Amino acid sequence: MVNNAATVGRSGVHDFILIRTSSIILTLYTLFIAYFFISTSEVTYAIWHGFFANLGVKIFTMLALFSLLIHLWIGIWQVLSDYVKPSFLRGVLHLSDDVEPAFIRGVLQFILTVVVLVYFLAGILIVWGV
Amino acid sequence: MKKQRPVNLDLTTIKMHTAANASILHRVSGVIMVFAIGILLWTLSLSLSSAEGFAQVKSLLDGIFFKIIMLGIISALVYHMLGGIRHVLMDMGHFEELDSGNATAKFIMAIWLVFTVLAGVWLW
Repeated sequence: MVNNAATVGRSGVHDFILIRTSSIILTLYTLFIAYFFISTSEVTYAIWHGFFANLGVKIFTMLALFSLLIHLWIGIWQVLSDYVKPSFLRGVLHLSDDVEPAFIRGVLQFILTVVVLVYFLAGILIVWGV
Repeated sequence: MKKQRPVNLDLTTIKMHTAANASILHRVSGVIMVFAIGILLWTLSLSLSSAEGFAQVKSLLDGIFFKIIMLGIISALVYHMLGGIRHVLMDMGHFEELDSGNATAKFIMAIWLVFTVLAGVWLW
């Protein structure tokens, strides 16, 4: 069993499903926003504000923010667990042998997960009051 | 604990074919997006705060510096989406052979460049 206590899913299979299902929502949202920009010749404040004031757009945005939280959390865990290795810490960063890779990985995972949670909360607050 | 198993991940000794480059670019673009989301959320917040804030974003977008940042973000996002779609197709069992894998890698890179140029034209 792969030890992945710092990620979102309960197992590797769970992570696999979550990162792909969240990517579907994120792709649809990106296409939706791209369509807005392409179909609107001149984006004014009134149009922009009115767009995000729409309840459907708000819910879609919040859904995308929730998907983003999950997607980034898992993606960060995958990248950190693949690259923050003894060879990287010693060879590239020139850290001493006493430094435990799992500790560095944990600290980075904590910091970046907090950043991603801040994104989520900030995003909700940004569109909530529009 | 030392695991007794063969490991050959010395990237300097591995010949990177197109599919390998497509894979690492997907990771690089993903890491870029982690930080890009912060910039996008800040821009969204400012643009929705007031008419003045919206005008501020517009004037920022008139400048070359912010234009280049936005083009970089759009480009990274486009690549990450294309690479992600390719990975999902591979999960479903398509394009898993060396030839077909390299072909789809070249294909998404070509589409990526086209979309990046289009985004640049649209921004300028």
